[in-house]
Amino acid sequence: MEDLSSLFHGFAVALTWYNVGMMAIGVVLGVVIGVLPGLGGPNGVAILLPLTFTMEPTSAIIMLSCIYWGTLFAGAITSILFNIPGESHSVATTFDGYPLAQQGRAGEALTSAFTGSFFGAFFAVLLITFLAPLVAKFALRFGPPEFFAVYLLTFCSFIGTGDRPFKTVISMMLGFGLAAIGMDTVSGELRMTFGWSELLRGVDFLVVVIGLFGVGEILITMEEGLAFKGKSAEINAKVVWQTWKKLPKYWLTLIRSSVVGCWMGITPGGATAASFMGYGIAKRFSPEAHKFGTGQLEGVIAPETAAHAAGTSALLPMLALGIPGSATAAVLLGGLMVWGLQPGPLLFVEQKDFVWGLIASMYLSNIAGLIIVLTTVPLFAAILRIPFSIIAPIIIALCAVGAYTVHNATLDIWFMVLFGALGYVLKKLEYPLAPLVLALVLGDRAENAFRQTMLASKGQLGIFWSNPLVGTITTLALLMLIWPLIALIWRKLRPASVRGSVIAAGQPRP
Amino acid sequence: MFMQRLLKVALLGASGLVLSGAMGVAQSAEWQPTKPVEVIVPAGAGGASDQMARLITSIVQKHQLMKQPMIIQIKGGASGAEGAMDVQESKGNAHKLFVAFSLIYTLPIATGLPLNWRTLNPVAMIALDEFLLWVNSETPYKNARSFLDAVKAAPPETFKMGGTGSKREDQLISFALGKAYGAKFTYIPYKSGGEAATQLVGKHIDSNVNNPSENIAQWRAGELRALCVFSAQRMAYKNKITKDQSWADIPTCKESGVDVEYQMLRAFFLPPGTTKEQSAFYVDVLKKVVATPEWKDYVERNALKETFSSGPDFVKFLEKDDANHRTLMKEAGFAK
Repeated sequence: MEDLSSLFHGFAVALTWYNVGMMAIGVVLGVVIGVLPGLGGPNGVAILLPLTFTMEPTSAIIMLSCIYWGTLFAGAITSILFNIPGESHSVATTFDGYPLAQQGRAGEALTSAFTGSFFGAFFAVLLITFLAPLVAKFALRFGPPEFFAVYLLTFCSFIGTGDRPFKTVISMMLGFGLAAIGMDTVSGELRMTFGWSELLRGVDFLVVVIGLFGVGEILITMEEGLAFKGKSAEINAKVVWQTWKKLPKYWLTLIRSSVVGCWMGITPGGATAASFMGYGIAKRFSPEAHKFGTGQLEGVIAPETAAHAAGTSALLPMLALGIPGSATAAVLLGGLMVWGLQPGPLLFVEQKDFVWGLIASMYLSNIAGLIIVLTTVPLFAAILRIPFSIIAPIIIALCAVGAYTVHNATLDIWFMVLFGALGYVLKKLEYPLAPLVLALVLGDRAENAFRQTMLASKGQLGIFWSNPLVGTITTLALLMLIWPLIALIWRKLRPASVRGSVIAAGQPRP
Repeated sequence: MFMQRLLKVALLGASGLVLSGAMGVAQSAEWQPTKPVEVIVPAGAGGASDQMARLITSIVQKHQLMKQPMIIQIKGGASGAEGAMDVQESKGNAHKLFVAFSLIYTLPIATGLPLNWRTLNPVAMIALDEFLLWVNSETPYKNARSFLDAVKAAPPETFKMGGTGSKREDQLISFALGKAYGAKFTYIPYKSGGEAATQLVGKHIDSNVNNPSENIAQWRAGELRALCVFSAQRMAYKNKITKDQSWADIPTCKESGVDVEYQMLRAFFLPPGTTKEQSAFYVDVLKKVVATPEWKDYVERNALKETFSSGPDFVKFLEKDDANHRTLMKEAGFAK
């Protein structure tokens, strides 16, 4: 097979000492960047991009993509240990990861998060290797209606699987509102900026996330008695081995999340949507769904696997089509052009060394990444043993630094404080925060896709069923939305008569 | 932040070296930056403005054209309004260089923002970006005329034109095609030219008016066809890009009987309240930049029209360009 020989040639390119060194440096830098809240993949890679201009493109992309893998791995560390997602795609990891840390099972949570990440990445790299030409074609079938259907599916699966659908909807609406601030792409006009130029850039989800989760959590912890709940976070060969022994049990979750992740990375829904969807689906199908949110390993594995699979597969449309599947991929795309490479279908033909060197390095660097994070986590976990009164101000300071760094704007620090207070209040009132973040991240894109669709169809909603692809996704989304209703009717009618329940479930009320 | 500081330290170190190396050269009395210069990019990371800014900073660094480093700041929020307003409000700060394009005319008209290029300090225009009419290569249209006639023959707004953003250059061209030739499109705004390119390959839209750099990959892969270029003369680059076509082989729209012209400036400005002396320094640096082989290479790769103008010539160009945009925006009903 031609692909295989190209791949082996790629290994020869990636396995020079220089490139292996770049891999190690990249992963370590990535972990550091990923752990610091606010300094994430996109801005981390952007800041380091100029340093690589003098390097040979293949080495440069290997190092930069390794930074990206590092951030993908590391996002889980702060999510699990501090309930602060270092990256938007690790928000979903906090739901079960932090409770696990509170129960003193941080080591297990981290090990399964990393292993899940590794599995997802490996799945995605395999996919890239073998499906590159095919998948590139498939992505082209995505127009505005298809994009909107995917976003709709994400939103609906969230509402349908939440414990409190109405609170979920309210939280989501808040997110949509925030997402609308700034420029409206479709009309080209400003919305909700109130003549204030600081609001032109909108509200960045990172600032909101740092406020809601970082500051909000500190406030709650203070109220509950100034102590960190995570008792010990030892991670040693024994913990790793025991966790690994448990993992095969979750094989279905691993595969499901990998598939969802690859799908979202290629389409390109992005790692964040993928992680939420992975979590939602795992919860939907788990026999222990009611325990989700209280510290389930499955709840850590699912989002991490999906996020890493999405992050990795996002490089495929970037290389093959020039469509970045994620923010970091977008920055890498800019780098590619600066190095004089033109992403697109011809890249695979004209720059074989580059493309296959990169793909081969993905195999190697994910192995290297797994080893590096597993061995350095005790360092990060040690932070948990520091008294809360010392660590809290440090975290707040880190949060403020992170919020400021996003746009170098002082106003963002105030936003962070505001959202910290909001996060505290919402948490006290038992509103779920994740839908807000989800809507803030995807709301803008979903709105654009919807309005582009309406422009094209002249306002006809039928376009969402105009071809099998979009029709299937839209129908699936609506099914997800009314899933609780179906389940309810099913359960109510089942004892009475099996036949009746089939009819009722077949005709759910909208 | 940590990395940024690290980088800053590294850059300062590097610039220190450059400084000590340049000490031997006679010091001129003219104004010079005394701290790192921020280059404000009012567009997304990876887009045309960003790429150009990154190339220029790397040329400046490589050829040591400035003693202080240049640092790129992406401020692409609200279609670039974030960056533009930042410059507008940085009165007297000569350490901020604004990478401008036609948003300086269209943005205030479409949004009513208090942005006014006349209050900024014009430095220089270094290139003009071309716009082309593109269709999917699987469609039967071989020239602009046959395509636009088909658009005209169909019920109005049947054909979909995709482009970057709303009430900006792409939509203006789309409108101008309707005005000059009676070809009425439904305009669908996307976030970037890259998106409009892949959407055209996927046949979700019928045409776009992307810059050469935005469509080159798909053109070379034989997925898109260039019908005509919206400029008075054909492009100058004669090297074959696709199997049988060079940029120079693409006819002008006027040749095809469609009298629509549009080119977009790529220029630099300083914030309001800065001096002539300060802009003269940057004019000098940019003159050296456009003389380097790296720049020539970049211009050819992106099929930009080479041009350089500063001082009164530049202002004259701006006035004329502004008037053109104003008329089009008004006629299209985009004025607020």
